[in-house]
Order: sequence, then structure tokens, then C-alpha cells
Amino acid sequence: MEARPAGLSTTLPMVTARPPIPQSRLARDQQTQASTVDAKILVRNLDFFYGERQALFHVVLTVRTHTVTSFIGPSGCGKSTLLRCLNRMNDLVEGARAVGRVELDGVDIYDLGIDVTDLRKRVGMVFQKSNPFPKSIYDNVAYGPRLHGTKDKHTLDELVHQSLQGAGLWDEVKDRLAQSALSLSGGQQQRLCIARALAVQPEVILMDEPCSALDPIATGKIEELIFKLKDTYTVVIVTHNMQQAARVSNQCGFFLMGELVEFGDTKTIFTTPRDKRTEDYITGRFG
Amino acid sequence: MGNGSHPMKNFWRGGELFVWMTASGVAISLLMVGSMLSLIMVNGLGQFWPATLHEIRLKTQEIVIGEVVGQEVIPNSSTPDKPKGLARYRYRVGNRDVFSSEYRWINGEDIVSTSSPNDLTFVERRQWGPAFGRLSIVAVDGTTENMDSHTSAAIEALVAESTNLRQRIEHVERDEIGAINYRMEKARLERQALMLDGQLSPREVQEDRRLVDYIATLEQEYQAQTVTLEQLHKEAGKKTLLLTLSNGKTARLTLEQIIAVSMPNDMSWIHKLNAYLHNLWLFVSSEPREANTEGGIFPAIFGTVLMVFLMTIAVMPFGVMAAVYLREYAKQGVLVRLVRIAVNNLAGVPSIVFGVFGLAFFVYALGGTIDQWLFPESLPNPTFGTGGILWASLTLALLTVPVVIVATEEGLSAVPRDFREGSVGLGATKFETIWHVILPCALPGILTGLILAMARAAGEVAPLMLTGVVKLAPSLPLDSYVPFLHLDRKFMHLGFHIYDVGFQSPNVEAAKPMVYMTTLILILVVVLLNWAAVMLRNRLRKRFAMSAV
Repeated sequence: MEARPAGLSTTLPMVTARPPIPQSRLARDQQTQASTVDAKILVRNLDFFYGERQALFHVVLTVRTHTVTSFIGPSGCGKSTLLRCLNRMNDLVEGARAVGRVELDGVDIYDLGIDVTDLRKRVGMVFQKSNPFPKSIYDNVAYGPRLHGTKDKHTLDELVHQSLQGAGLWDEVKDRLAQSALSLSGGQQQRLCIARALAVQPEVILMDEPCSALDPIATGKIEELIFKLKDTYTVVIVTHNMQQAARVSNQCGFFLMGELVEFGDTKTIFTTPRDKRTEDYITGRFG
Repeated sequence: MGNGSHPMKNFWRGGELFVWMTASGVAISLLMVGSMLSLIMVNGLGQFWPATLHEIRLKTQEIVIGEVVGQEVIPNSSTPDKPKGLARYRYRVGNRDVFSSEYRWINGEDIVSTSSPNDLTFVERRQWGPAFGRLSIVAVDGTTENMDSHTSAAIEALVAESTNLRQRIEHVERDEIGAINYRMEKARLERQALMLDGQLSPREVQEDRRLVDYIATLEQEYQAQTVTLEQLHKEAGKKTLLLTLSNGKTARLTLEQIIAVSMPNDMSWIHKLNAYLHNLWLFVSSEPREANTEGGIFPAIFGTVLMVFLMTIAVMPFGVMAAVYLREYAKQGVLVRLVRIAVNNLAGVPSIVFGVFGLAFFVYALGGTIDQWLFPESLPNPTFGTGGILWASLTLALLTVPVVIVATEEGLSAVPRDFREGSVGLGATKFETIWHVILPCALPGILTGLILAMARAAGEVAPLMLTGVVKLAPSLPLDSYVPFLHLDRKFMHLGFHIYDVGFQSPNVEAAKPMVYMTTLILILVVVLLNWAAVMLRNRLRKRFAMSAV
């Protein structure tokens, strides 16, 4: 905690930055209100199936622009599945099927006319296990922009510089951009993956347990980064670590067996949960 | 005494016996490979060492000059000339033209005395194998110069002269006259092509007249070259070497016939080593002589390597593309599983079956059609409608494609899912992901397939016999005439050469060491090709190392 820069010392800065939302109101009411104000992603009655098995049941939630939203819950509860629905990564899974609406800026991303690669360009993703390509650091970051047609060397250089800076990695790697990305440490690799995601200039960044394979110091650095990213991007993070969810997120959703049990302000969820199951999980009675 | 502490039982339960069994399996395998290699090397490499020439006097007062190549104890026999239980020796006596056989068994008890005088000479000839005897040089005008007054320098000069002459003759025969023949044949075919439709337009008449003139010019050039050739032959015939054979007769060897002259008994150890390396070099770099029983095997080495390269060029794109489709695009189901089973089984089909298919499909169907469309002027002589290096390579490509598919599929499935998701998550399409991330990562696996395919292809003989290998190819498939690479030509192959030299040659005994030597070279070629591919794979592995941190 001491490592954090000034201004980020409060655990939940968003609560003070925005007009307070009455805690007595139901989560769903909050979403309705939020959607009219600054909704980035709206999930409406989403059911999700892996073949015959249903993984998500009637999920309804709203992700607000320039906030960090976290999903928590025990293993296999569907939180990662929901995350992967937001940029249609689940399309890669054979037999996967979504029913319902997921809107990004008011457009249903499951519409037939949607260009999935364009969607993934707008909604970037960072994975649980850092997965830099076996290429140089530079080529890793430049991979996305090159795919999307940026060929000019100068532009690419600038983009790589900005992205690495944005991921807080520039100072550590600026002298060895041509080295293999695999020569980096685990935490650096994960930040490289974040830089790689930033380089395509997305609007939303999805993070699937980005710190689960990292040591506490590397985790701290990534968490700091998430704080910063929020100013420019909308961040959705899945985490096993409840302290992490409490530290970094503005909104939080608790999942259990494919159901979104409770969704609302992180502070509310962690201090006065509405649902007994949420309380049990947070207080460590199961999970 | 409790059962559990029984030493034998512990020995069994502790797996000691099992360790011994597995280790002995490895040991036996190593022993077999080692003894195979050493057998081949001992039998093959020995032939280039200048052996000591012996002069032996028999009870019958007959004198024999030769080198010992073997000995044995006479096996069971009832005839009196082969008494049982005594040693007999096998001599290489050379002079096949005089003695009718190059080898001779001599019973140990028949030998009165053995000596190895320094003046015994070994002459390697263009025909009839080697000759052994004593040497004297005959000058142009017929005056005999005795060897006593001459040193080895004179012999060297003679051999150099002979080599020089032979090279000049070969140059005229192959390069000059060969080029003329090639152009003449081309012009003839062009004329034929003009007449294909049965009538000549005025322009075609003009063209035809030009070709006729051209052919006449070539004819003149040909005559001129023939004269040169005759002169060279005459020059080569002027100097004659006289060799006194063991039976007292004298053999006349013209300069043209002599390839090498040596006196092994007079040579120092260093000289012999030098001669050994020289002989070895000649073996791998020169062309075969005398129905492949003498000379070198260069065309066979060249043919083998070129065929493997062509096969690689054909098999890699097909195998890799098929594997990418099966692994990345095809919907995994019953059909794909069936295809996979079929592909795997294809690897087990006897290779001669592929040969028959290659003959029927590539040579007759495909080649015949190509001839009709592209080379109608030379019909009924086939161009592609007969065996050739292209068809042989394609047949082997077909034979090895399952290996490449299986290895590539394994390589593709070994690429971590994380890489795919990482790439797709950045907005890459499936094609971009495969092209930029998955294929580079799968390259080591793909190269493993290549290595296996090359090893299989280089050693395969049966299908080649049906699709383009010949005992003796008049020219290499790669030469200086446009289009340089002649895919329609027949070629020589080390594997077939082994079979041909060992079992189809008129002089099997003399060819035996060559069989081993050719085998050794084949092994070396395969090892070298594989080594090159392994080096490439290791470099790529380092570059696309997949283990993180």
C-alpha cells in the first residue's frame, strides 16, 4: 500500500468522486440509472451455454465508463465466462452459445453484422497466464498495430513507446526492445501483455485474473497500473483475490453457479451485502 | 525368516531386474548399430588402401602376381585338389582380359615361395580392371626404355600425360560434341514442330529453311570436332606401356587406357596414405566405369541429394497445408478422425505400391498428357511420359506426406492455447493468428517431420525403380543448358546403385567393396541431410522457445 503514488491512497476513490448512490436501493435500480448516465457495456438477460451445460443464467449488469468493475466468486462460477462474452472470446470454444444482449455503446455485439475482430480491437484482453509471443519485446507490442494496418516505422515506434510507458514497463525495457519477450520476468511479461493490449488503443480492457501467477510485488505494480488505466479506459477484471477486488474496483459483481448474485458498488458489497450468500463468501465461510 | 526380507524377492520388487533388462535392450541395440557400421566401414574403406603385391611361386613352377584378399580353411570336400582342413588363399590377380577371372584361390600347400619385390606394378585401366606386372616404357618410335633407368618421376609424368589426354578427349566428347548434339536435336524438334499441322505457311517455310541451314552448320562443326577427337586418340595411341605379366607374356597398354600406375611395395606409409585419400576422393567425385564396377559414384550421390531436395520442395507445402487444415480449420468429428486414420495408414503402405501408383498416374497419365500438350513434336519418343527425377520425387513426396502431416499436426497442437487467445484477443483473424503466431511456433515440429521424411526418402529404392532411376544416366539432371534443371531426365541413386553393383554387375567379386562403400556413402548422405535439418531446427527452437520465464 505504501508503494502507491499520492492520490490513490483511498481504497475506493470512485465513491467520493461521483455523486453518492443511496445504498438502500437495489442493485438493478442502480444499473438502470447508470445506463442512462455513462454506461459503456450493458449486459441484458444473458444466458450462456457450453454445449448442453448452461454456464450463465440471466445475467444483468452495467459497466460504467472509466471505472474498474470486478467480478468475484468461487472457481467455476461463470465470472470468466462472462468476461469472455464481453469480447466474444468464447466464440473460440466449440459448441459455445450466448442468448441475450451484450451492448457496447448501445450496439449489441452479438448482432450478425458485427465485425468480431473490430470488436476485439475495441475490447482488449489480458489473460491469467502472461502469454507474450516468442518474438522480441518490440514485435510483441507492435503486433496488434501491424495487424490493423500501421506500417510506418515512426508511428509504430511512437506507439510502442507510449504503450510500454502506459504499462509502466518502458524504463525497464527501453534498452533491450529487440530482446526476446521471454527474457522478461513474470511480472514484466504480464505488463508487456498489458502494453500489447494498449497498443491497439482499445476502449475497454478485460483482465482475467491478471495477477494470479505473480508474486506480491509484481501484483502491486499491476494493481497500481489498473488504477491509472481507469482514467483512459474502462477496465473489467476477474479476480480470485477479494482484497484485490476491494482495492482496485469501483463496482463489483459476485457470481455463484452461473448466477450474478449481487452487483453494486464495491464498498456496498464488501460492507453491507444484501445477499446472505455474498456475505458468506466475503467473510470466508465458503469458497 | 520373513517373506518381505527375502533377498531375491527384494531384487524383483525393487525393480533391479527390470533395470537390467531395459539397459540390456539399449546395449544390444547399440551393439547392433555399432557392429553394422563397423562392418560396413571395414569392408568398404579397406579397398582404397594400396595393398602389398606378392609374387608367389607354385609347385607347378607357375608364377602368380597379386594381392591377398582373403583366406579360409578349406571346408568339407571330397575332391583331391581341395584337401580338407588346410588353408587356402584368395588372390586378386587382375588382368581379367588374360586370365579370364580377376580372382583366384590358391591352396596354401601349393605355394613354394612368396616375395614382394619393389618393382611389381599396379596399373589401373579404363577397361578390364587392374593389371599387375613389371613395367617398361615404350617410346614413340618403338625403342624400349627399361624401367631400371627410370624413377617414379617418369611414371608420374606418364600418368599426368595420360590424364591430360583423357580429359581433353572427354572434353571434346562430352562438352563440344555434346553441345552440338544437344543443339541439333533441338533444331530437329523445332522443325518437327513446324510440320506438326501438316502444312507450312510462308513464314514457317522461311523458318524451316533457317533451321536446315543451322543444322548443316552444326553438322560441319561436328565433323571438325570428330577430326580433333581422332587426332587426340592417335596421340594417345603413340605411347605404349609394356607390362610383363606373371605368365611371362607382355601386355601393351596405350596411354589412353591408363588411369593410374603405382608400385605399392615401394611406397612409404605416407605415400600410401596420400594415395588412399586420393582414391577415396576419386570414388566420391568421379563417374562410374565398366558397368559401375569401377570408378566413382558421383552421379548417384548427386541424384540422391537432388531427388531428396525436389521431394522436400514438393512435400512440405502440401503436408503443412493439409495439417493446418486438419488441425485448425476442419470441424473435429468422425470425418476428420477417418481422414487422420487414413493418413496414418498411408504411411504403412508398402513403398512399391507407391511406385506402381507413380508409374500409372505420374508417368503414364500425367506425363503422357504433358507430352501431348507441350512436347508433341518429339512423340512417339516420350519426354515426361517416361520415368524421370520429377516423377520419382513426386512419388516419394506422396510416400512421405503422412509423416509430414502427423509431425506438423503434433507441432501445431503443441502451440499453447494462450498464444492463440493472445493473438485473437488483439483483433487478429484466425488466418493472421495461424500465419504470424502458430506456424512460426510450430516450425520445429514441422522440421521434425521434414527430417523424418528426408530420412525415409533417401533410403527408399523400390518406388524409384519404377519411376525414374537407371543403372547409368548419361547426364546429370542439372547442367549448363537452359533450363539447367532437367526434371524429365532419368537419374542415378545410391540405394539402387548398391543393388545394381552388388547383384547385377558382371564382376560381382570386384564390386563387393564398392557395395559397402556405396552403403557407407548413403548413410553419410542421410546423416548429413538430417544434420543440416536438425541444425536449422535448433536455431528456430531457440528463436521460438515456447517455455516462458
